[in-house]
Amino acid sequence: MPKTGQDLRKYLRVEMMPNVWCPGCGHGNISRAVATAMDSMSLDPDQVVLVGGIGCAGRTPFYMNTHAMHTTHGRALAYATGVKLATPSLTVIAVLGDGDALAIGGNHFLHACRRNIDITAVVYNNGIYGMTGGQVAPTTPEGFRSATTTLGNIEPPFDIVNLALAAGATYVARTTTFDVREMPAMIEAAIRHRGFSVVEILTQCPTYYGRLNRLGDASQMLDYERDITVPLVELTRDEVARGLPIGVFRDEAKPEYVDRYRALVERAVRGDDA
Amino acid sequence: MTRERSARAAPRLIQGNEACALGALRAGCTFYAGYPITPASEIMETLAKRLPAVGGAFIQMEDEIGAIAAVIGAAWAGAKAMTATSGPGFSLMQENLGYAAMTGTPCVVVDSQRAGPSTGLPTLTSQGDVMQARWGTHGDRAALVLTASSVRDVYEMTVMAFNLSERHRLPVVLLLDATLSHMRENITLPEVQVEDRRAPTSLEGFEPFRGAEFLPFGAGARIVVTGLAHQASGRPAASDGANAERMLRRAMEAVEADPGVFLHRVEATDDAELVILAYGITARAAKAAVGQLRAEGVRAGLLELQTLWPFPETLVARVAGETEVLLVPELNLGQLVLPVRAAVSGTARVVPLNRADGVLFSPDDIARAAHLAMTGRETVHA
Repeated sequence: MPKTGQDLRKYLRVEMMPNVWCPGCGHGNISRAVATAMDSMSLDPDQVVLVGGIGCAGRTPFYMNTHAMHTTHGRALAYATGVKLATPSLTVIAVLGDGDALAIGGNHFLHACRRNIDITAVVYNNGIYGMTGGQVAPTTPEGFRSATTTLGNIEPPFDIVNLALAAGATYVARTTTFDVREMPAMIEAAIRHRGFSVVEILTQCPTYYGRLNRLGDASQMLDYERDITVPLVELTRDEVARGLPIGVFRDEAKPEYVDRYRALVERAVRGDDA
Repeated sequence: MTRERSARAAPRLIQGNEACALGALRAGCTFYAGYPITPASEIMETLAKRLPAVGGAFIQMEDEIGAIAAVIGAAWAGAKAMTATSGPGFSLMQENLGYAAMTGTPCVVVDSQRAGPSTGLPTLTSQGDVMQARWGTHGDRAALVLTASSVRDVYEMTVMAFNLSERHRLPVVLLLDATLSHMRENITLPEVQVEDRRAPTSLEGFEPFRGAEFLPFGAGARIVVTGLAHQASGRPAASDGANAERMLRRAMEAVEADPGVFLHRVEATDDAELVILAYGITARAAKAAVGQLRAEGVRAGLLELQTLWPFPETLVARVAGETEVLLVPELNLGQLVLPVRAAVSGTARVVPLNRADGVLFSPDDIARAAHLAMTGRETVHA
């Protein structure tokens, strides 16, 4: 939660509001956490670029008073890579939906993790395609219903955290919109982290995911998020099945892509030839 | 004279793809993102080696979609940026090429054409992407598509592609082909003019999508870039169709109003009874064919189009009005001949000459076709 008296208006593009999100959608809470993190870091909004793809989450850059790049479906991380590599002094944050990040954009997600480029990816995971009317996503759990799995989903979902860990991201965390108090600090740590950071946030879509799976209204969905997750710190080795773990899974210092590229440029400018 | 000559670089053997990379560097390109593909890879290899030494950035992306996306991102971060590919990769780039057009992003996309469709004939030459370069994206857009017919031309047209992309804030496509990309010629790199990005004179009331002035991220005014239809301010206006059409027409009209866009060469057209309208590598054989035909008593001329899109309707109509036959050789099954026919609209007889088997036209092929065309044939074969 914002500190008392924390004024986020500096980071919000108020003239673009109201936003497109449905009543009860969790995306606003995540966006607020992103703004809170930027405020806690006193980031100069003119040196921040928010890059979004297509879908509900991809709209976030419009509402943030930073530079906004609303790109094509799935490609936000590739655009972000160009921005960061061309002008490394910019802080680059990609805001992605789960379908945007892992279905159409899965390849870019894997390679951004592998490169360890200093970009923060905030993945808004509501388990469904919201903007197009509630179709199944690569994160929809088995058995769950959507507009294209009316008899229940028969595909196993991706685990975003495990995918990011395996692909080489150097900061990987997961939380939920129920844990809204902890969210800004987690996003701040991800932005401060020098390397590719992934923060997956389970967020409620009462309009489709909730309605089609009888999970109740937004408030009930928040309780549901609480019930299906377990803080990592509380988990012992034997308890992994108790629920979906949330917390920071990896925070390690490894050579970052742009730093490595700059070192290579220095060598080339000096004329050292390999 | 001697002194002047000795002060200039000695001619050296340069490959087409290398000339493209050198042209990009000369134009001030500081960012390249690409993905390996025959016959374009040497452009990427040359820039991978040379960009670090000039403080530029190079990245090999995970696919061509990522490559053009990174190029557009880099352009908005302030770089002059380029990617190069061939047919299959060019197809993958189309959606984001449309994004670059929609967002007024200056950047250069080089397509070294190979015979398609699909994987096709990867090492064989083609001019099959003429229509894709114009119409490959969904929707209408302002398109700027250039070609080249020699290694020296590749260098100059790469610089020109950057210049026009900066002048009009558009993605510019440069169409090469497998032959030109891999051909080596002994040349001296010519002097060129380089145009730079136009920054706004004042940030007060600056609207990022009003005109040719371009402001990158981090330069003082907060920018919203979106592929949605938008106002001049950048604010999305996705339900305002009239605004969307106005923005689109304005971009297209700005390009077509610039006489510097319609690059071409004419040779011996004044008294010509037959004009060969050719572009790219085919123009080279056509030029030789003109000499051959003249020697054989046919009053032949050449119109080489260096700019394919926007299509130079007025120029083609004028040339067609002063000749009897327009022979249009293309290494495809008839693409540019379509707007040629539309522009000519009955004045001269338009005769297409086509092949899509990955083999170049020889001057003999074209001269033979010209003789047949003069006998009144509507279609001729090489």
